[in-house]
Amino acid sequence: MPDIATIAASLEGKLKKPRADYLEVRLEESQTSHITYRGRNLESIGRSSATGGCARALAKGGWGFTSFNSFNRLYGRLVLAAGQARSAGTGKSALAAVEPVVDNVPSGVTKNPVTIPLAEKKRLLEEYNDIIWSVPGIRTANIGYSDSRKKVIFLSSEGSRITQERADVALRLTAIAAKDSEVQQVGLSLGSRGNFEAIRDLDKQVTGMARHAVELLSAPQVKGGEYTVVLDPVLAGVFVHEAFGHLSESDFVYENDRMREIMVLGKQFGAGHLNIVDSAAEPGLRGSYKYDDEGVRAVKTYLIREGKLVGRLHSRETAAKMSENTTGNARAISYHFPPIVRMTNTYIEPGKLSFDDIIADIKEGLYVKNWYGGVTSMEMFTFSAGEAYMIRHGKIAEAVRPVVLTGNVFTTLKNIDAVGNDLDMNQGGGCGKGGQMPLPVSNGSPHIRIRHCLVGGK
Amino acid sequence: MERILALATRAAEEAEVFEVSSEETQVRFEANKLKQLQTNQQTSVALRIIKNGRLGYATATGTGGARDLVAGAVETAAFGTTARFHLPEMSEFPTVDIVDAAVASVAIKDMVRLGEEMISVVTRHTPGILCDAGASRGTVSVRLINSRGGQAEYRKTFFGLDIGGTLIQGTDMLFVGESESSCHPVTDAKKLTDVVLRQLERAKERATAPTRQLPVVFTPDGVTALLAPLMSAFNGKTVLEGASPVGDKLGKVVFDSRFSLHDDPTIPYRPGSRPCDDEGVPSRRTALVENGVVAGFFYDLQTAGLAGKKSTGNGSRGRGSLPAPGPSAFVVAPGAVTFDDMVQDMKEGLVIEQLMGAEQGNILGGDFSGNVLLGYKVENGKIVGRVKDTMVSGNVYQILKDIAAVGSESKWVGGMLQTPPIYCRRLVVSSKG
Repeated sequence: MPDIATIAASLEGKLKKPRADYLEVRLEESQTSHITYRGRNLESIGRSSATGGCARALAKGGWGFTSFNSFNRLYGRLVLAAGQARSAGTGKSALAAVEPVVDNVPSGVTKNPVTIPLAEKKRLLEEYNDIIWSVPGIRTANIGYSDSRKKVIFLSSEGSRITQERADVALRLTAIAAKDSEVQQVGLSLGSRGNFEAIRDLDKQVTGMARHAVELLSAPQVKGGEYTVVLDPVLAGVFVHEAFGHLSESDFVYENDRMREIMVLGKQFGAGHLNIVDSAAEPGLRGSYKYDDEGVRAVKTYLIREGKLVGRLHSRETAAKMSENTTGNARAISYHFPPIVRMTNTYIEPGKLSFDDIIADIKEGLYVKNWYGGVTSMEMFTFSAGEAYMIRHGKIAEAVRPVVLTGNVFTTLKNIDAVGNDLDMNQGGGCGKGGQMPLPVSNGSPHIRIRHCLVGGK
Repeated sequence: MERILALATRAAEEAEVFEVSSEETQVRFEANKLKQLQTNQQTSVALRIIKNGRLGYATATGTGGARDLVAGAVETAAFGTTARFHLPEMSEFPTVDIVDAAVASVAIKDMVRLGEEMISVVTRHTPGILCDAGASRGTVSVRLINSRGGQAEYRKTFFGLDIGGTLIQGTDMLFVGESESSCHPVTDAKKLTDVVLRQLERAKERATAPTRQLPVVFTPDGVTALLAPLMSAFNGKTVLEGASPVGDKLGKVVFDSRFSLHDDPTIPYRPGSRPCDDEGVPSRRTALVENGVVAGFFYDLQTAGLAGKKSTGNGSRGRGSLPAPGPSAFVVAPGAVTFDDMVQDMKEGLVIEQLMGAEQGNILGGDFSGNVLLGYKVENGKIVGRVKDTMVSGNVYQILKDIAAVGSESKWVGGMLQTPPIYCRRLVVSSKG
């Protein structure tokens, strides 16, 4: 089995040779394990390993990219990528300048989650499965667990040589309740940057999730229309990721003059209490890293400060073309893909209000909690809550069926009229873009209140 | 592969080695310009064993050693589920045409030209629109051997062409697009751009939708939102768990008599077609709904074993996991009414091409709710313009129980679904106007 460090050493001094303005190589080895339950029984348990690499070249503004998991004729792959770049290029290359880096970044996890015996992982998941099944009215349950450990070596023609290791743990539990032909489900997603302990001791949450699925069978559906909605930190985190985060990714903006007008820095996007941040530099979260997949150092980036657009997320190319600073947001899900501009840990900064303050003056509204999914088309977004309750006269009232919220990003951000003081980061789920999914990210927020939000219903 | 099988057979009662290799070349355009040329090569090997009656599984992408693979499978077999099947012996497979040698000979410069052609047609029609486009071609080779003498080997070619356009005016954004895939080269760029130009024409004017119930025509692309719940409901595994709303309705009328649905991996030159599934079970057409009556579900070996049924040849391996029941290609039988007639029939209604977020709701129960990403208002039998800030909600089972009409013009959507438009009597529409 070839060791990627040995392969990296064999490329020493060769990256400058192919005719290109810039060339980089990523070499990757990873191990994963997964366990899934469907119903009472274990459905699948397995281990896998992967080794592979890619070369990416830039020439005259055009990119060439080749991925492979055979390391034979490796130098030939570099030449191929350079040739592709020259064929694609018709203009001038632009890459924001960064200092070449030589560094070695360990995973920061004391215990590699992949090497924990499968028996131990299975024991924990079975405990949770038993809890779900112990709730009367549950028809079935799904559990998906996966972990990974990955080592990536990045080499560039500018002289960078960075070895980074990371580990990841992800768990998704779903309880499905059914009665007659009614089916309702509630899910719970958790994750961590490789720490298996983060998914222990969830008995209480798992019980609550299963009970809620049963309650939903008899819950009414809300009437569709506009509501004042209060989002819990989990769902508000999804909202900030979907509704605003994707707009901040400069690859949507940099070659699009009309998008540049919409996303002009300094423009007012929300009220003065609104601050939105993306930061891979926060330690220990699922979207955290020291260098991105172009070898650029990660920083904390304010996207919105006091309601004004003040920044966006960049790759080296988008930063150069927009004459802005690099942010270290070029990420690839694996060696099979070139890096593209992605979010990391995205959150709304906390304000001053308590949860009680936020709901106090709502006569009739919705309290929506938990995440089910979300997508965006930049201007419009939809995201779905895992749980929903009516708010009546400033109090949380009866549970209703989960709802889908939708809206126009620009008006909805302006309609956020209260920001809570209770920031919480959600580590579950993953982000998809350009066929690359699920990328580990985290997102978070305090409780927020949105006026005039469109809710689907009967 | 033979070495892995030999090693595994020594450690287990039954063993199977499955190898997939793929090579793909892509040309990508961004913002109306050629941006990137790309090639991807990948080989992965999966080993499945039955040891002491239990399933063990391990995969390696790239250069995993045979010994590590066998050790991984043996470790997982200690906890694995009890196998309810035997690996298939040598079988006869149907002949399914999925190789066109012409794919490999399409030159990169021809792929670039296809992209340029599409972009130039669309940008000439609508100045200011920014297009992303791409062409890709490649081959997939699959080989499977097992310890009971079962074996399969086939090659498939594929070609894809796609174009998407974004038109921004103020903060208003319009997204249009079309794609096509085949085992033949796709060289008719005009076929794709005709669709995009028609979308642009229909979206030129703006219209508002009211908040109430309206009839809706889903175009083939829009129908995907309706069929996502059925893909899980007809999955043998969902049925086995008792979580499928149609699981106990075999032989019963659940849908409108004009609605028929089947899974078919034998259609020539379709990217989802193959002579056998990922477990070496021969491909066949499986009826799921016939004239509104639930006719069957789709199974892999293990699920069929648990349910006391036979595999329908739908064992599918996603993302390096164990085989599970999966559709190969869903085909909705065409009806008798043209799209134009459906539109003419509506006094007030919507045509929906793309529904965003529909897959997020309670899919098992058939509830869906989505934002109309691309859709039009119909007034007095005519499309009058594009609607926005509009959400539609409904339940797939209620909608498909009483359909107004099934269209006569079928189309492939995304390589996995062939469907005509479907005209629904009424859906809940919520709109900001």
